[in-house]
Amino acid sequence: MYDLATAALDTAKIRGASYADVRVMHLRQRDLTTKNGEVGTLAQSESIGLGIRVLANGAWGFASTDRLTRDGVAACAAQAVSIAKASALAKREDVVMAPEDAYVDSWQSPFRKDPFEIPLETQLALLLAADAEMRRVKGVTLTETDMQFRKIDSWFASSIGSRIHQRKVITGCGIVATSFQGDEIQKRSYPNSFGGQHALQGYELVESLDLLKHAPMIADEAVALHSAAQCPQKTGTLILGGSQLGLQIHESVGHPIELDRVLGQEANFAGTSFLTLDQLNKLRYASDIVNVVADARLEHGQGLGTFAYDDEGVPAQCTDIIKAGQFRGYLSNRETAHLVGLKRSSGTMRTESWNRLPIIRMTNVSLLPGTWTFDDLLGDTDDGILMETNRSWSIDDRRYQFQFSTEIGWEIKGGKRGRMLKNPSYSGITTEFWNSCDAICKREHWTLWGTPNCGKGQPMQTMGTGHGASPSRFKNVRIGAAFSKL
Amino acid sequence: MSATRKSSAASSPKAASTSDLRRIVDTVLRLANSIGVAETEVHVDETISALTRFANNAIHQNVAEHTVNVSVRTQVDQRTARATTNRTDEDSLRAAIEASLSLAHSQPKNSNLLPMPGKQRYRGVNRFIKQTAALTPEDRALAVRRVCDLAVKKGQTAAGIFSSAQSQSAMGNSRSLFTAYRDTHAVFSITMHEGSAASWAKENSANVAEIDPQRLAQRASDKAHRAADARELAPGRYTVILEPAAVLDLVGFLFYDFAATALRDKRSSFNERMGKQVLGKNIRIEDDVYHPLQLGAPFDGEGIPRQRVLLVDQGVPKNLVYSRASAKIAKKKPTGHGFVLPNEYGEAPMNLVFSGGQASLEEMIASTERGLLVTRLWYIREVDPYEKIMTGMTRDGLFLVDKGRVTSAVRNFRFNQSILEMLRNVEIMGPAVRATGEEAFEMVVPAMKIRDFNFSEVTKF
Repeated sequence: MYDLATAALDTAKIRGASYADVRVMHLRQRDLTTKNGEVGTLAQSESIGLGIRVLANGAWGFASTDRLTRDGVAACAAQAVSIAKASALAKREDVVMAPEDAYVDSWQSPFRKDPFEIPLETQLALLLAADAEMRRVKGVTLTETDMQFRKIDSWFASSIGSRIHQRKVITGCGIVATSFQGDEIQKRSYPNSFGGQHALQGYELVESLDLLKHAPMIADEAVALHSAAQCPQKTGTLILGGSQLGLQIHESVGHPIELDRVLGQEANFAGTSFLTLDQLNKLRYASDIVNVVADARLEHGQGLGTFAYDDEGVPAQCTDIIKAGQFRGYLSNRETAHLVGLKRSSGTMRTESWNRLPIIRMTNVSLLPGTWTFDDLLGDTDDGILMETNRSWSIDDRRYQFQFSTEIGWEIKGGKRGRMLKNPSYSGITTEFWNSCDAICKREHWTLWGTPNCGKGQPMQTMGTGHGASPSRFKNVRIGAAFSKL
Repeated sequence: MSATRKSSAASSPKAASTSDLRRIVDTVLRLANSIGVAETEVHVDETISALTRFANNAIHQNVAEHTVNVSVRTQVDQRTARATTNRTDEDSLRAAIEASLSLAHSQPKNSNLLPMPGKQRYRGVNRFIKQTAALTPEDRALAVRRVCDLAVKKGQTAAGIFSSAQSQSAMGNSRSLFTAYRDTHAVFSITMHEGSAASWAKENSANVAEIDPQRLAQRASDKAHRAADARELAPGRYTVILEPAAVLDLVGFLFYDFAATALRDKRSSFNERMGKQVLGKNIRIEDDVYHPLQLGAPFDGEGIPRQRVLLVDQGVPKNLVYSRASAKIAKKKPTGHGFVLPNEYGEAPMNLVFSGGQASLEEMIASTERGLLVTRLWYIREVDPYEKIMTGMTRDGLFLVDKGRVTSAVRNFRFNQSILEMLRNVEIMGPAVRATGEEAFEMVVPAMKIRDFNFSEVTKF
C-alpha cells in the first residue's frame, strides 16, 4: 500500500504541492439485526481506496479514488493539486501548519476475539435469543437487536516522511424493547440507545453485556412506563446515569471545544461555539470538582476515540479541557494549533473513510471520575430525579442551550429510589449546568461510552467518539420542559 | 451559473456508461449462476462528486471523490443476505457473491421471503444535466470568490458550500429485471454573519444553471444585516411564518410514519389514526417521484416502479406505501417504495409533495398582527414518537412581525411542538417549492403561517 501512497505523493510534488498526505484505507463491516424474532439486516461490506490532501499555492485540495493502480492514484493526486490551485483563487492567506515529526510505525488496537472470526450462527443465535426474551413480556409490541463489527486498516504517508499503519477493530451491540399502548409509545434500550455500547474492542464486548439477563428487564420497564407517573415540570436536583452524561459531555463540552467551529469553519452547517478564543484559561466552565480531558491514548480506555496517531500523522495525546472547573483547552489540528498559542496540534484530525477529508473531531472527551459511590449519592439526595438512557438530544448552534429527554426516570426521595417516571427531560444553559455539578461518582461506576453517530462536515462524515462518565448530580436544573403545555 | 469553465489542469474522472454498469450486473449474474445460486440481485452505484467549502470569506476545504459500489444479494432456500464491495474485477465480484451466500446460509429460513421480481416497465425521467456534471473546481471557486467579495464589501463574513455531483445506478436480477437511472445534483448554501447576527440561504437543483449564488448571497446578506441587535422575547405560543426550509426540516420527520411496516410495528404516529381527521383540512400530501420538482430514481430497492401515492387528503391520512413484503401481508399492491433487502424497516415515501397555496411571504407577514418569521430550524429531534412532538432551535434569522410588518430581530427559541398539531393549525400557505434544509432530505413544501407554535425556552443569542 505504501508504494501506491508514495506514487501519489510523488505526483503531488511534481505537480507543485508544497505538502501532501495520503490515506489508503480498507474498511470491512458486518451488520446484523433482528426484529420481532426474525433476522432483519444481514449484510457485509468492504471498501478500499485512497484519499490525498495537498497544499498548493497556499491552499488545500483533496481528491479520492478507488482505482488503486499507479495511473489511478497519480491521476487522483494530480486532481487534488488542480483543486488546491482552484482553492487559491479564493484564499485570504496561505495555510500555515504547526511542525510535526515524521513517524514510521505500525499499531493494532487490542482485542481478544476477532468478531469476524466468530461464526455468524453464534452471533445470530444470541440476538434471536435476546429478542425472544423481550417478546416473552406481555405488552411489548416491537423488539429489536443489533450487532455491528468494523475492521479498519489505514496506511498513512506524508511528504514529511511519515509511514504509519493502524488497524482498528470496533464492536457495537444493543437491544431495544418498545411498547405501544393507548396514545403512547415507550421504549427501553440496553446498554444504551444508538445501537447499544460501541467500543474499540472485539467480540468480548458482546459477551460482557449479558444480553439475556437484561432483555426481560428492559422489556418489563418499557411496558411499566405506560402506567408510570409523568415526570414533573420543576426546577430541581437531577442525577444523570453514565450513558446520558456521556452524551451531555459530547454535546455541551466536546463540540464547543472543536477549534474549527470556534474559528467559523463550520458556521454554515454544524455551527460555531460560544467558546471564543478570549475564553481560554479565563472561563469558569464548571464547578471545582469537574475535570474533563480529551484523551486518545490507549491508557484512557478502548473507546471510539482511541488511536495511536490521528489522520494527520500526529501521535495520540491527552489534553486538559476543563481542570478544576476552569476552561483549559481546545481540540486542534496542525493548521489551527498556532491560533491558540500551541506549538503543536493536539492530534484530533480524523476521517470517516478514504474518500473523506480529515477534520477536527472529538477523541475520547471524558469527565474524570469523582469520589462518590452511587449508593452514597442517592442516599445524600433528599429530593431529586434520576434519568437514564437517552431518548432525544438537541442543542443550539453555538452550544449554549440544550434539551435532553431520556427513556426512563426515577424519583429520589429521602435518599431512596422511589417511583418510576415517564417522559423525563431536562434543559439548561451549558455553563450554568456544569457549574451546578456537585457530585461525581468514582471510577468503579465509570464507563467509556461510545457515541457511534456523530455527524459533522460537508460532505457529511459520521464518526465514533468516546465519552467516559460516571453518574453525577446537578442542582437547580430545569426539568420537564419538553412536555410543557404553555 | 453560466457556462462552465474548462479546468486548467487534471480533469475529473470520467463516468461509466450505462452499458458499463450493465456489464458489471451481467458479470455478477453469470458468476452467481455458474456456482448454482438460485436467485441473485445486483446493484451498481457510481458517484462522481465535488464540494467547495468556504468560511471566513475564503475557500478552506475543496474535495472530490469518485466511488463505485457493487452490492450483491443472493437468495437460497428461503434465506437472503447482502454483500457489498467497491472492487469491480471478477475475483472481487466472486468474493462478494460468496460472502453473500455465506451470510445467507448462516440464518434460519424465512418462510415470508418472496422470490425476486421479474421484468418491470418503468416511466422515464430525465434528471441528468450536462452542465452540472461538467462544473469544474475553477467554476465553483470563482463563484465562491464573488460571494466572498460581496461579504467583504458589506463588512460581513461568509461561510458555505458549492457542490456538484453526478450519480448513476443500475440494478438487475436473475429473473431478467434490469433498470438504470442517472441524475445530477448541485447545491449552494451560504451563511452570512454580521457581528454576532447571522442569516442563511440555500438552494439545490439537478440543473446548476437554476442556482444563482450571487442572489442567494445577497438574500443572506440583507437578512444578516436585519438580524443584528436581536431582542429577547418571552417563550410562549406564537403565530409563526415558517419559510419553506423550516417547514421541510419539521415535516421531513413524518415520512416514515407512512410506511406500512411502521404501522405494523406500531411505531407510526398514524397507528389507529388512518382515515381520521388528524391534520387540518387544508393539508394534502402525496408521494410523487415524477413531480417536476422532485429528484430520485423511479424504482425502489427491489426494482419495483414507484407509484404516485396520495398519503393525506383534506387532513385525513388515506394511504400508506408498501414494499412487496408488506403489500403481501396487507393484501395490497406494492407501491414501489421498498428499501434494498434485507432490512427491517420495509419501505418509506422518499418524494413527499405537499400541496401549497397562493400566498406570498409578504402577504403572510402583512396578514399577521403579531408573530415570528422563521428562516431555518436546527437540531430537530423526536421527543414523543406518537404525538410527534419535536424539539429543536430556530437559527440564522428569527424576526418579530408586528402589525403586518417585520420590526426587529429576535433571540433564538427552543421549540417543543407536535407536528400533527402544527399541521392542524396552518392558516395560510405559499406555493410549494423544492425546499432544502439540513435535517431532512429535499421535498416539495410551501411556506406556512401557523398559529400557536410552542416555544418553550430562549437561548443567549
